[in-house]
Amino acid sequence: MTESCEVAIVGAGPAGISAACILADQGVETVVLERGEFPGSKNISGGVLYGHDLAGIIPDFARQDCPIERNIVESRVWYASDEGGFSLAYRDAIFKEERRLNVFTVGRARFDRWFARQAEKKGALVVCGTLATDLLRNKAGRLGGVRTDRELGDLKARVILLADGINSPLAAKTGFRPDPAPEHVALAVKEIIELPEEIISERFNVSDEDGVSIEILGSVTRGMNGVGALYTNKKSLSLVIGGNLRDFAELKLKPYELIEEFKAHPMVASLIKDGVPREYMAHWLPEGGYEHVPRLFGDGYLIAGDSGMLFNALHREGSNMAMVSGKLAAETILQALKKDDFSEESLSIYQEKLKESFVLKDLKKYRRFPGFLRKHREIFTDLPLSLSMAARDMLTVDGVDKKTKQSRSWKMIKSKTPLLRLARLLFNAWRSVK
Amino acid sequence: MHIVCCLKQVPDTADVKIDSQTNTLIREGVESIMNPYDLVAVETAVRLKEKHECLISAVCMGPAQAESILRQALSLGVDKGILLSDRAFAGADTLATSYTLAQAVSMLDRQHQVDLIICGKQAIDGDTAQTGPGLATRLGFALLTYITGLESFKPSQRKIIVRRKVEEGQEVLEVNLPALITVELDLARPRRASLPGLMKSLRRKIEVWDKNAIEADAEQLGIKGSPTWVRRIGVPSPRAGGPTFNAAEGLQDAVDRSLDILFQDFFTADEPGVAEGEEHGKKFQGN
Repeated sequence: MTESCEVAIVGAGPAGISAACILADQGVETVVLERGEFPGSKNISGGVLYGHDLAGIIPDFARQDCPIERNIVESRVWYASDEGGFSLAYRDAIFKEERRLNVFTVGRARFDRWFARQAEKKGALVVCGTLATDLLRNKAGRLGGVRTDRELGDLKARVILLADGINSPLAAKTGFRPDPAPEHVALAVKEIIELPEEIISERFNVSDEDGVSIEILGSVTRGMNGVGALYTNKKSLSLVIGGNLRDFAELKLKPYELIEEFKAHPMVASLIKDGVPREYMAHWLPEGGYEHVPRLFGDGYLIAGDSGMLFNALHREGSNMAMVSGKLAAETILQALKKDDFSEESLSIYQEKLKESFVLKDLKKYRRFPGFLRKHREIFTDLPLSLSMAARDMLTVDGVDKKTKQSRSWKMIKSKTPLLRLARLLFNAWRSVK
Repeated sequence: MHIVCCLKQVPDTADVKIDSQTNTLIREGVESIMNPYDLVAVETAVRLKEKHECLISAVCMGPAQAESILRQALSLGVDKGILLSDRAFAGADTLATSYTLAQAVSMLDRQHQVDLIICGKQAIDGDTAQTGPGLATRLGFALLTYITGLESFKPSQRKIIVRRKVEEGQEVLEVNLPALITVELDLARPRRASLPGLMKSLRRKIEVWDKNAIEADAEQLGIKGSPTWVRRIGVPSPRAGGPTFNAAEGLQDAVDRSLDILFQDFFTADEPGVAEGEEHGKKFQGN
């Protein structure tokens, strides 16, 4: 009485559910296995989503009660030192009306549950509280299903989509992809800080539907290659900070201390003032980049989302790459079903599809970026501090003439970061993102 | 053999919070679960089914979302789930609820004679423990509450022997069927659904019965049929913490003063204790 289906998907995150929506919509018998008590109970991200890619799965998502927190109309980038920092902001009315929901915030526990519900409406079976513990192979060694931790827990399937996230016990056990090295993973911690809706709107100068996203670089990561962020939800703020896992270990930093210091930063503290921390969570981010994307297909299986290292650290794009890769995997499976061929060769069109999409194009474009950040540690240490000192000096009105100020600022910056190093930094920065 | 389990969906009281302004339950963000005692009722029924040939039905009165606990019951081995859902059922106290359930059980009885009803001893949200006894009374079933053990089940003789928790020990009783038992948590440890059980339950449609389906008298349903009035819900004020002595400023002194206070409280325990009780008593008046 072993259960069977056509497609078994491991993981009810954005990748798995996107694939389930596409497949179930075409009448393919699809089962999604999720270890959490409900979809979203174990899923964590900064909380920013992109309308374009969600519309690729659910075209009318905005009219389907999608639990959107706030529509992002302004993006800010800060380059922060210990006591202050630079701020660059861009706001555009087009994101309020015409390109509304280009970017928006969500709470993952609510969003993922809603998203899985859409897949269920199309006919997919989402089986929660069920951990995939092993992959089943037939005598020829070909994948033929998934073993779960439940009684009579084998689920036979013609093809398996592994959308089980970066921290995958299944990958560790079966080796369908290598475990990521510490330097290819970031550890991020997040707090949800509750504040009244109108206070948030006032502090960020937006209406109650709209919001702001802030990405924060600089010394806030205590010298680690990492980034902080602050996003507005309806009645709360998402505060995120993270860094490379190897850096965490080498610098002996504690994630909870990092976020406490981050909350105390003067530019952050004023925005979260009087807020009540409601949730605390932590998650790995796959930051290996293009060079470390594992092989994403094989006989009888495909890999999508975080599990396949499909993550763009520079543009905080993970959930949407998960959705798009899930969709492309589903399209590949549909073609394979038609041919009734789930061999490695048949499934290799997935790789082609990914190469043609922005997913691998973007990852390829930024392939040097992770290395650039590793090489130029001063971005997180001396540079924000000396630039801030220079700005502080320039802005202090104390009777000293500007020329003197300029030359002493230059001297100070050069003493911390020699000119040649600075030139190399700019060149490498340009090269890593060109 | 036909066993009926009565289930209730309740907020997970492990994380219930009270709004201190309005003194009402904050339901937002609180997960709904099957009443844990009812889960034991389901487990008990499924264990009987493993030994004897029987049909298990589960009924639940509640809004559409309560369907999830019926599905959970199906995943564990219950054969049939019925959701009693109608606007007219809303606002029911235990009197109206037991009436609604009794009507539903009578309908089930017409399809297949009901021999045993299993309820949780109480729901963790209201804690009244009245619905099960009310249902037994309405149906004229033998009533056995606080059951901790099923000693034997003799369908051929239409008898059941149960162990029951009482104030000063335990009773073992033999009763004729049909009977209704309300169960304690220690009766049976609920199992985890098998994968086929879980998948099957997700594919099933849950039958929904409204007031017409159970041929109910509208006057006895929901808020109309509920003589209970909740005038006010109170929350005991949090206890103020005791005094603090800084041991860094003098360990011996801090210990001596702490002991003084402990002994003082010990010898005069009656007075502050009573005063506190009165204060709480007042707050709860009319509840």
